Amino acid sequence: MIARISAIAGTELSILRRNMWLFMATLIMVLFALALTFAGSAPTGTLGVDMLTVSVASMTTLSVYLAPLLALMMSFDAISGDRDRGSLALLLTYPASRGEILLGKFTAQLAALAFAMTVGFGTAGALAGFSGGASADSLIALIRLVSTSIVLGAVFLGLGYMVSGFARSSTAAAGMSAGLWLIFVVLFDLGLLGAVVMDDGGTFTQHIFPWVMVANPADAFRVWNIAASDAVAVTSGMAGAASALPVWAAPLSLLLWPLAALLLARATFGRVEP
Amino acid sequence: MANTLIVENADKFRGKAQVLKDINLTIAPGERLALLGHNGAGKSTLIKSILGLTPIRGGKISICGAAPGSAAARAATAFLPEAVSFHPALTGREQLNQFARLSGVRADVPALLERVGLSDALDRRIGTYSKGMRQRLGLAQVLLGNPKLALLDEPTSGLDPISRQDLYAIIDELAAKGTAVLIASHALTEVEARTDRIAIMRKGVKVADDTLAALSADAALQTSIRITARDGEADRIAAQIGGTRINGASVEIHCDAAAKMEALRHVAALGDAVADVSMTPPRLEDLYRHYAKEDHA
Repeated sequence: MIARISAIAGTELSILRRNMWLFMATLIMVLFALALTFAGSAPTGTLGVDMLTVSVASMTTLSVYLAPLLALMMSFDAISGDRDRGSLALLLTYPASRGEILLGKFTAQLAALAFAMTVGFGTAGALAGFSGGASADSLIALIRLVSTSIVLGAVFLGLGYMVSGFARSSTAAAGMSAGLWLIFVVLFDLGLLGAVVMDDGGTFTQHIFPWVMVANPADAFRVWNIAASDAVAVTSGMAGAASALPVWAAPLSLLLWPLAALLLARATFGRVEP
Repeated sequence: MANTLIVENADKFRGKAQVLKDINLTIAPGERLALLGHNGAGKSTLIKSILGLTPIRGGKISICGAAPGSAAARAATAFLPEAVSFHPALTGREQLNQFARLSGVRADVPALLERVGLSDALDRRIGTYSKGMRQRLGLAQVLLGNPKLALLDEPTSGLDPISRQDLYAIIDELAAKGTAVLIASHALTEVEARTDRIAIMRKGVKVADDTLAALSADAALQTSIRITARDGEADRIAAQIGGTRINGASVEIHCDAAAKMEALRHVAALGDAVADVSMTPPRLEDLYRHYAKEDHA
């Protein structure tokens, strides 16, 4: 089983390297992280925190958008692409189960994402630390940012496979992935914001809203990073919503999502007839 | 020896339409079976059922005694999909290495690619391959690890005539090693000389399954004999032995396979009046038309 998973993963990694995906993803992460770190370094003095803290806060906001996007762009044609080429039927006649195929692709693409995240956020964090100071606290915040970004990426890899198994072609899968990204990252928050404004500080805002928010993996990611570090919370001004929840809520949601997404993907893949 | 592939009373529905109706089929080790039929006749569906990619509703399929899609059946089966393609970013060597690792066999990949005539393209990306080269790559993975059963769906599509000869030579090698081979095809004339048995499907029903000779006899297809006459003798010949005038100098007669020798004796008796004789046995095309178009089921 391990041999078959690693055979799939090995091939997938050569594909990611060969078609420049690994390079592009890393480049995008480095450029955005650097730009945000140095553009957002202004409030350091007024808030009395070191520059790495500010940098982590900016990069958290960045990662909410970028991690799902990169993950979906890698994963959307994982199943539909093979089906379009006619090689999926062939692959499925080999002694590799659908679960093993999925896990192999997941391992390779998660490794590529992890590499891009570590290099991107690592470079920006190191530069921020050297030029504006760092502390043990802000260093832990950076490590937390990198690892939670990888978990957030894992969620959307799984969701991408689900869409890929569900769609009739790669083109349809690409469209559905874009829709998925919009819903989780943009529309969900807009909807919640609208509800809070309508509710005007009532029961919904106080008791239900934080839970609904943290059910979305992208928001759980944001809340986890912000609530865990007081300094980051100060700079991002999002402490209010996070403090209404128990500490475990956001980590639990974010860690359950990759599992749920992969199970959904496996179930969808199981119904695919090549 | 026990049959490698046994299909018994297989039924399959897509929605309300029945795409396989009570199919029975066996292939013995080393036997080459041609599966013929128009598009939509159910050939590909039958192959997918045998591979376990799509379930059948009724009946039973066994590959070396194992159920379709089971680990044992997958290990025993090789498959060449119709017009297959692979990820364009990989090289031929990488793709074959992956298949070898997946099936857990130790394979000499360069030798396999040389066997199908791809040794020059070993380390080139599949994206640069022609259609025929991709088809050869697909054939190379069929040869991985001595399969007991090989299912080839339109294996000649996209191949030039020389490659087709190579393909059939490879199929013969497989069969000689004891692999049961199923070839789904439209290319009737090639299959004719290269297979042991022919099965014809029409609208999900198997309408024929026998050797070419037996099928020809059963369909009572006629052999045609064309006689080229010496100057001015054509009318006399036509009057004497029957048959139809084709042009000024030729007469054509049609007869059953059994009556062929008697007709030839008549022709020989004509003596000097005959300049030349040519004989066309029933072609697979005729047979195919007979079984696939007429209301045979």
